Amino acid sequence: MPDVVVIGAGVVGAACAYYAARAGLDVVVVDRGPVAGGTTGAGEGNVLVSDKEPGPELDLALLSNGLWRELAELDGFEFEAKGGLVVAETGEVLEALTGLAGKQGVEHTVVPSGGLGDYEPHLAGGFAGGVFYPQDAQVQPMLAAATLIRRGADRFGRGTLMLRTGVTVAGFLRDGDRIGGVTTDHGDILAGAVVNAAGTWGGEVAAMAGVHVPVLPRRGFILVTEPFDEPLIRHKVYTAAYVTNVASDSEGLETSAVVEGTPSGPVLIGASRERVGFDRTVSVPVLERLARQAVELFPALADRRAIRAYCGFRPYCPDHLPVIGEDPRAPGLHHACGHEGAGIGLAPATGHLIAQTLAGHRPDLDLTPFRPDRFEERR
Amino acid sequence: MKPLYDLAVIGAGPAGVAGALTASFAGLDVVLIDAAPRPGGQYFRHLPQGFNAQAPGALHHGLDGFTRQWETLRARADVLLGHKVWAVERAEGTVTVRCLEGDREERPRTVTARGLLIATGAHDRPLPFPGWDLPGVLTAGGAQALLKGNLVVAGRKVVVAGTGPFLLPVAAGLAEAGADVRGVYEANGRLGLARHPLLAAGKAGEALGYGASLARHRVPYRGRHAVIAAHGEGALTHVTVARLDSAWRPVSTRTVECDTLAYGYGFVPQLELPVQLGCATRADADGSPVVTVDGGLRTSVPGVYAAGESTGVGGAVLAEVEGRIAGRSAAADLGRRVPPLPRLSRRRDRLAAFAKALLEAYPVRPGWQGWLRDDTLVCRCEEVPLSAVREAQDLGAIDARSVKLLARPGMGWCQGRMCGYAVACLAGEDPAAPRRPIAQPIRLGDLAAPTRSPLEG
Ligand SMILES: Cc1cc2nc3c(=O)[nH]c(=O)nc-3n(C[C@H](O)[C@H](O)[C@H](O)COP(=O)(O)OP(=O)(O)OC[C@H]3O[C@@H](n4cnc5c(N)ncnc54)[C@H](O)[C@@H]3O)c2cc1C
Ligand SMILES: Cc1cc2nc3c(=O)[nH]c(=O)nc-3n(C[C@H](O)[C@H](O)[C@H](O)COP(=O)(O)OP(=O)(O)OC[C@H]3O[C@@H](n4cnc5c(N)ncnc54)[C@H](O)[C@@H]3O)c2cc1C
Repeated sequence: MPDVVVIGAGVVGAACAYYAARAGLDVVVVDRGPVAGGTTGAGEGNVLVSDKEPGPELDLALLSNGLWRELAELDGFEFEAKGGLVVAETGEVLEALTGLAGKQGVEHTVVPSGGLGDYEPHLAGGFAGGVFYPQDAQVQPMLAAATLIRRGADRFGRGTLMLRTGVTVAGFLRDGDRIGGVTTDHGDILAGAVVNAAGTWGGEVAAMAGVHVPVLPRRGFILVTEPFDEPLIRHKVYTAAYVTNVASDSEGLETSAVVEGTPSGPVLIGASRERVGFDRTVSVPVLERLARQAVELFPALADRRAIRAYCGFRPYCPDHLPVIGEDPRAPGLHHACGHEGAGIGLAPATGHLIAQTLAGHRPDLDLTPFRPDRFEERR
Repeated sequence: MKPLYDLAVIGAGPAGVAGALTASFAGLDVVLIDAAPRPGGQYFRHLPQGFNAQAPGALHHGLDGFTRQWETLRARADVLLGHKVWAVERAEGTVTVRCLEGDREERPRTVTARGLLIATGAHDRPLPFPGWDLPGVLTAGGAQALLKGNLVVAGRKVVVAGTGPFLLPVAAGLAEAGADVRGVYEANGRLGLARHPLLAAGKAGEALGYGASLARHRVPYRGRHAVIAAHGEGALTHVTVARLDSAWRPVSTRTVECDTLAYGYGFVPQLELPVQLGCATRADADGSPVVTVDGGLRTSVPGVYAAGESTGVGGAVLAEVEGRIAGRSAAADLGRRVPPLPRLSRRRDRLAAFAKALLEAYPVRPGWQGWLRDDTLVCRCEEVPLSAVREAQDLGAIDARSVKLLARPGMGWCQGRMCGYAVACLAGEDPAAPRRPIAQPIRLGDLAAPTRSPLEG
């Protein structure tokens, strides 16, 4: 019998499994699909500290940022500590941006208008300035998830890690009040504890255990260009509008392009945010807006071709914070879901904290802001 | 040009032209759009000048008929050639077709219509094998295109290989154009020309024509044989031909000298536009996804019709019949008086049954996977070797999509049109309907600019 069953082989489930195995636990990861086939396979791979307001999510992001740098040593996936450049359209916006940077307490450099070209030679003129965040990084999320599961299985003698793909969780086993495993379409799996890392479907999984965890989809489109021979863009570049978009509560379409090059050549332009349920129908206006914003940042992109676009569904909670920790309403069930547009960046910290709680240690961060039953009072 | 057409037709092959013309005769305002600068689709567009004169009766007849339809259509409807459609949308009963006009310096164009007929045909289905990326190795469709420039073909030493009845017209065309065709290798059983399935559907003239042509040029036609490797330093010099068992595992091999290999293992219906609109799809007899249609060629999305190879690979005659039925349905659904024509539907049923029998007679057997070596490229755009696909599977990829996410086959310029079928086979599943929100590469500047309708010039 494994110590832990992790539901979901996305980047968050992979990180939970990796750290749990490293902590000496025997882990089984189950996914109804392949590894990284959920939202992790539709994300962009930004590991950002720049876009977060001071508070619990920024603390999580900073912890995660350091852990990603360690994990990059595992080899097997691209990790680029390229840094992020946030640019401001007007003096007023620049002031707000610099103010935020000061409050964040994150390593940063304020870049005057004239200095932007040193960071990004192809950036459009006319920006009032920007802030450079050296800690912002890029990771290839699918390979990262697969590698964490693989290395987790390789490395740690006592804590074994097994991946079972194509296995759908249908319910929970109970041991008195405690959750003691899962039922699946391939038989029951008894376990000491269960981790719900089902991403956008985390709410459904929670409901199988009879607990309410509101996780909803927020659609995002990404545009991908043909590969470039010469890198045109050196860092992650986005306008200050992105920061306000991320935190927004709006139902409607919001876009604020984050533009960056990738090691395999194409430029990624992401991402839109809108709440339309799980609707995959192509929205041309969304693609048009992303293209427009990218060209506004880098006019040279106008001549380059977009060759594909894809969409995914970010798992979001009403207060835009993830759900991390054991559920007092269903002891033995630990949640690690609802990371919205930052699950890739926040995965290692989430996995690390979940492993600490599973192993009965005190977590490095206070999990109160992320507690699973925080939505009860609002119902 | 009109601000709102009754029907937009995408594809100027036999299905699209017949559909557009039928709808126009029934009283609809029609616009026909095709990416190619010339009409005709896969088949009629590529016929070389010299070939027409000598073409077997049935084929010649087909071309004459097509040309007449085309001339009539041009006088009755708007025709936009050289317009690549990159996206289609539908809202409140109106279809918006987004095109790029021109080749390099494209201009965005928008066409709107109340109904849409999708007749985008199919593209070649190559399988990877060692050496398939050498210059001189062509798909069957590529060879047809090559034929247009007769000069290049004459004197070439050509091998034709793969599976399906379309190997014969390709070989015959090459031989007639003066190529030295060294052999036609059919991986499935050679049914014998006398028993060739084309005969069964009253296509005797066609099949016999090709057969006679091949015999006249002393071209050997062998069943249960395949080209399993191509060799050469920088360009093709010879191929390894294997005799196959029933699962397509090589039994014995020999070498054949050639400078050109034309090969194909069937066709993949082009479905990105219907998928963008949310049209339901189903698996055809060979497992390929095709658009689901009713007897009137209506898709699951109201006002959207599909005809020709996008509903299943079945040849030019079936495509034309389907186009006519679809054109009639479109007109009827918009309130035009269209008398029933049960003869046409019966004809379609017969031809479709024959097409299904052909797909079943020429399947792709799994043994081809054994022809690959670890370093054989599966995806040429992204240079993904077989070993990378296997590593991805080892990491937990259990379907084609996750293989693509982990190892990148299909992420490049052609968006999996070349390798998608092979990757699905390697992943052990039937190919899924392609999700391509951008059906054709588009410059970001064009995507960013508000699109104009052809009306505005
Ligand atoms: C367009 C877009 C861009 C993004 N860009 C970024 C970015 O740049 N940086 C960033 O940090 N984040 C980004 N994100 C967000 C990020 O992708 C997600 O937060 C993250 O991938 C969530 O990972 P996960 O492991 O929680 O979920 P998932 O990857 O969705 O994994 C959940 C898994 O659970 C499985 N599952 C569900 N139900 C069951 C069941 N009953 N039984 C078995 N298995 C089940 C699913 O199959 C799935 O594989 C982006 C998202 C989108 C859509
Ligand atoms: C080598 C070869 C030999 C063949 N030999 C025979 C034979 O002997 N007998 C026979 O009956 N059949 C033969 N066929 C099959 C025949 O070509 C097809 O059955 C027929 O062309 C199908 O007609 P269609 O109208 O469905 O599609 P097509 O003829 O393929 O026409 C589709 C059209 O749609 C256009 N299009 C596609 N996507 C877009 C887009 N996004 N935007 C704008 N335009 C688009 C294409 O440019 C094309 O012109 C052969 C095919 C090949 C390749």
